Amino acid sequence: MGVLRRNLTAYGFLCAALFCFAVFAWYPMIREFILSFQETNLIDPPTWVGLDNFEYAVKYPGFTEAWIATLQFTFLALVCGFVVPFVVALVLNELRHARAYLRFVVYLPVMLPPIVAVLLFRWFFDPGPGLFNQILGLVNLPGLAWLDSPHTALISLVIVSTWMNMGSATLIYLAALQNIPPELYEAAELDGAGILKRIRHVTIPQTKLILLLMLMLQIVATMQVFIEPYMLTGGGPAGSTVTVAYMMFQFAFTNQNYGVAGALGMMLMIVLLVFAAFQLRLTREDKA
Amino acid sequence: MKRSTGLLVATALGLAATACGSGEPAEPAAGGAAKVTITVACQPAKSAPKERQAWDDDVAAFMKAHPNVTVKSTDQQPCFDPKTFGPKLAGGQMETVFVVPVTNYDDVIAQGQAKDITQLTGEIKNWNDLRQDVRDLVTKDGKVYGVPNVHYGVGLVYNRKLFTEAGLDPDTPPATWAEIREAAKKIAALGPGHVGYGEYSGGNTGGWHFTQAIYGRGGSILTEDGKKAAFNSPEGKAVLQTLHDMRWIDNSMGSKLLVGWESLMVAMGSGKVGMMLGAPDVVTDVVGKFKGNVADYGITGFPEAKASLSGGEAFMINPKATPEEAKAGMQWLDFRFNTPGKGRFDYARGKANGNPVGVPDNAVYGDSPTGQAIQADRVKNASLPVANYDPYVKASATIPPKAEPVHAQEIYAILDVAMSGVLSDKDADIDRLLADAETKVNAVLAAKG
Repeated sequence: MGVLRRNLTAYGFLCAALFCFAVFAWYPMIREFILSFQETNLIDPPTWVGLDNFEYAVKYPGFTEAWIATLQFTFLALVCGFVVPFVVALVLNELRHARAYLRFVVYLPVMLPPIVAVLLFRWFFDPGPGLFNQILGLVNLPGLAWLDSPHTALISLVIVSTWMNMGSATLIYLAALQNIPPELYEAAELDGAGILKRIRHVTIPQTKLILLLMLMLQIVATMQVFIEPYMLTGGGPAGSTVTVAYMMFQFAFTNQNYGVAGALGMMLMIVLLVFAAFQLRLTREDKA
Repeated sequence: MKRSTGLLVATALGLAATACGSGEPAEPAAGGAAKVTITVACQPAKSAPKERQAWDDDVAAFMKAHPNVTVKSTDQQPCFDPKTFGPKLAGGQMETVFVVPVTNYDDVIAQGQAKDITQLTGEIKNWNDLRQDVRDLVTKDGKVYGVPNVHYGVGLVYNRKLFTEAGLDPDTPPATWAEIREAAKKIAALGPGHVGYGEYSGGNTGGWHFTQAIYGRGGSILTEDGKKAAFNSPEGKAVLQTLHDMRWIDNSMGSKLLVGWESLMVAMGSGKVGMMLGAPDVVTDVVGKFKGNVADYGITGFPEAKASLSGGEAFMINPKATPEEAKAGMQWLDFRFNTPGKGRFDYARGKANGNPVGVPDNAVYGDSPTGQAIQADRVKNASLPVANYDPYVKASATIPPKAEPVHAQEIYAILDVAMSGVLSDKDADIDRLLADAETKVNAVLAAKG
């Protein structure tokens, strides 16, 4: 009883957290799992349809293309969103002046509501008076169609996504970099290692675990890309930016086909669970 | 990156809410008639205080005339949002009386999301004056599921001021696609930022406008039995070829893809877009919501039209409503939306409030006595230059209306790809785009049985 009383506050916080998880995470997931095996108009009692929703989703035109676009986006977003913040963190770590200011600037996009960032980029990408084409024009380069061409739309979304999300990753990398004992760099310098060799033989091995964790987290996050295609391209042009999450939204809220949307969500969740399992394993190895 | 988990959460929370509001038994009132409370959609937003006040006045007048009925208004904008429609119904949050656009009639009715109101149509005093073809759109297997509220055919909306600046006569707007191309070239030549002809390419609006264009040329989206795609045809090819040529050969469509309804409205309102396919409500919206200058816009008939895609909306009743609530809902619809000189047809009040009055944006009553009374009242109180819309009125009378295809939204999403394909790629293979879309639509139709 005494133990219980002593830990009452802790239990209180735990209950609040459990309640929030139950209502906002676990219940929706369980509900979605059930929904993926049902056909419903949300009024009459739902009908159990077995795997019909999964079959419908797999056979649906554009299913394969949506997965390809999602994987392409994930790959490109990792190339940019994984490397760029790490490089920025390295540069910030080396700076001696204006570090706090630059950290704030790098983190600023994270503080902007995503809708604001997306609308900002809509103007940047405008093929007429848009900022990017104006800059290209200044250096006598031809303008690009950006969001308006199937060849450049996906990479344009990657640019937006990287800009919106790199702040958090940069700060995490920066924290990891600052935990590296300076003696290691001093020893490397004494051995005649240049900056690239120091990064290769000191920085990367020392931050390996964080890098792997961030890689897993970013894969899980980028595969669920939705807001960028929803707000900027509507899945176009020519269907080039229809991702799995966007397709799920279309099924649920445009076609009112909640069962198929649930089935698509389950498929995505299973793929993401594989990466989440890697992440858990890495975390356990870290503790061991 | 926003997680799709958020979507799941939104869906599931909508499902999680428990039913309340509708479906509760009515209490008997002291006067004899049972007391009933209904919720009604489409109250104007607070940002339109005069229109909102007019609505509230109508609610008060209705409740005075029907003392047993309490009306509660909701002001969600837009009135119909497919994203919230299903979850609102499931969660008991859907109004007793809600609006559905014509694009969604079939799906809403087929899914049992609207109440059968066949026995209640008598509550609408002018029911028999509503156009039969419009009533047919909300009727399935002999049962009526909605009260048509707005109906119109598609025409060509054009900017008269730009026509004048480009040396074109705004009183003789283009009547053929060849004339549209020529006019668009001259308007685009006015200078940077000028677009001769605006067209959608995404967010399902591309497919929607493809349907408008192919209907106008005499083609169809689906076969008569609705089981196969029919747009991979000379008419479908002509639609895409014309757009491709205007975009890449004439360079008269600007360089920006327009995704979603607002994008073209904003462009039209800016006064730099010469023409677009659209119904008269485009003029109302461009002027009322996107700051277009009312004197600049005119509308004419669809070029070379053989048929016109029906547009509009209907009010429907919540399937969970009790018979008393459904009856009260129908009485509200009669009072506010179907009585000449009252509610939305109180054009004198609308004019006094500064509303755009005079656009022929609703042919729901056609040429019936009620329709004629409404039209006379609209012209009498017009605040807009009605002469600018005469070409449309004259042309529309001869163009037969044609309904949306079944599963319209899913088909439009597929046709978006063909539309954005020709507008984003100079070397687009039109035959392949149409063939791909045909395969996909056939697959969807086959899956739906």
